[in-house]
Amino acid sequence: MTTKALKLKELAKGEDRFAHGHRMCAGCGAPIVVKQVLMATDYPIIAANATGCLEVSSCIQQFTAWKIPWMHSAFENAAATISGIEAMYRSLVKQGKLEDKNVKFIAFGGDGGTYDIGFQALSGAMERGHDMMYICYDNGAYMNTGIQRSSATPFGADTTTCPAGDVIPGKLQNRKDLTRIMAAHGIPYVAQASPANWMDLMKKVQKAFEIKGPKFMNVIAPCNRGWRSRTDDAIALAKLAFETCYWPLYEIENGITKITAKPKEKKPLVDFLKPQGRFKHMFAPGNEYLLEQAQAYVDAQWERLQKEAAFWGEE
Amino acid sequence: MSKKFWETLPQGSVVLEAGSSAKFKTGTWRSMRPKWIEENCIQCMFCWMYCPDMSVKVNAEGKREGFDYDYCKGCGICALECPGKKGNKAIVMEEEGK
Ligand SMILES: Cc1ncc(C[n+]2csc(CCOP(=O)(O)OP(=O)(O)O)c2C)c(N)n1
Ligand code: SF4
Ligand code: SF4
Repeated sequence: MTTKALKLKELAKGEDRFAHGHRMCAGCGAPIVVKQVLMATDYPIIAANATGCLEVSSCIQQFTAWKIPWMHSAFENAAATISGIEAMYRSLVKQGKLEDKNVKFIAFGGDGGTYDIGFQALSGAMERGHDMMYICYDNGAYMNTGIQRSSATPFGADTTTCPAGDVIPGKLQNRKDLTRIMAAHGIPYVAQASPANWMDLMKKVQKAFEIKGPKFMNVIAPCNRGWRSRTDDAIALAKLAFETCYWPLYEIENGITKITAKPKEKKPLVDFLKPQGRFKHMFAPGNEYLLEQAQAYVDAQWERLQKEAAFWGEE
Repeated sequence: MSKKFWETLPQGSVVLEAGSSAKFKTGTWRSMRPKWIEENCIQCMFCWMYCPDMSVKVNAEGKREGFDYDYCKGCGICALECPGKKGNKAIVMEEEGK
């Protein structure tokens, strides 16, 4: 199949494969991620979905927003579910019972369903080498059940299970770097993307679909409920995450790291933290050390990524 | 919307109609309403690309049209991201019912 041209005017003439009428909150980042992923290609797609906001709000009783075959079975097993579907498909094609239509297989999961509870299923599916893509929409907490911390929650964030107060100043630990952990699986393609950089995101999806084997993509998905921000700032915050290098855009193809987009000027992390209520306490007098610590972590991660890309001559 | 009881639902929670969520109109959630000001629109399509609710209408020629108020939840992402013409936004948010 020829790769679809990524011209906005042309894309806008096409039909969405994710329908309106879904019940995610107003201004949620996750449906923007899903629509962009599905729009990037014309290949037939089959998806599995881990329990979470996206799953719960996109298929309620007889109402489904999906215009592709889609399956939900549980919270912890989206990767196992899609790997089983992919294996069955391959088997039926081999047996001559099904015509091969070059179907692509995707699993969607939130950060809780991916970094934490679904991690074992994900790691296993990647190691077994299924021809599938796992996409994590990372909103940095278990949002659907009321904003509990996950291993993707950033340092200092206030959540209902690491509440900022007299005892602790929000989350005490740094985020787990799942994108690098997935790269350590030695799979052919790993990427980090953002819906604010839609062209970069769609190119990554297109590239991934031309590669046989397991792929993983981590996408930032602002959540105004959990981030305690405005309903209109999902894209603005995703942009700031990129510009502050909190959420760098890069890919690791066959072990080679490449930064796919670099901000013109690296902004201070506070630009990303300030508009979000979950970091409000970090700006209180006496808490400067929290901001410094958060900045130091982002700086170190960004430094390391740049060195890695430079090592491969792929800045 | 007809009310279904569990006995009449398909077994295994199978939904056979793709995109059936369109039968559920989320436009009633809206407290703010986006207004499109056509003369300021440069047809960049950013609003269309970033809308979480597939509520920015585009015609067969790929030209941006109005909003689909049946589904727009009034988040305001489109208005914030709209570059408009010479600094004049082509989308402004207004209070619903005014
Ligand atoms: C085994 C199991 N434990 C707990 C739950 C309850 N549960 C449903 S959704 C959810 C949170 C999902 O969080 P995440 O994966 O981060 O996605 P989000 O809701 O943030 O989009 C939880 C804990 C469940 N469905 N199954
Ligand atoms: S709680 Fe957050 S992630 Fe869940 S639907 Fe609402 S905005 Fe989206
Ligand atoms: S973002 Fe603004 S200028 Fe661009 S197409 Fe939409 S209304 Fe027109």
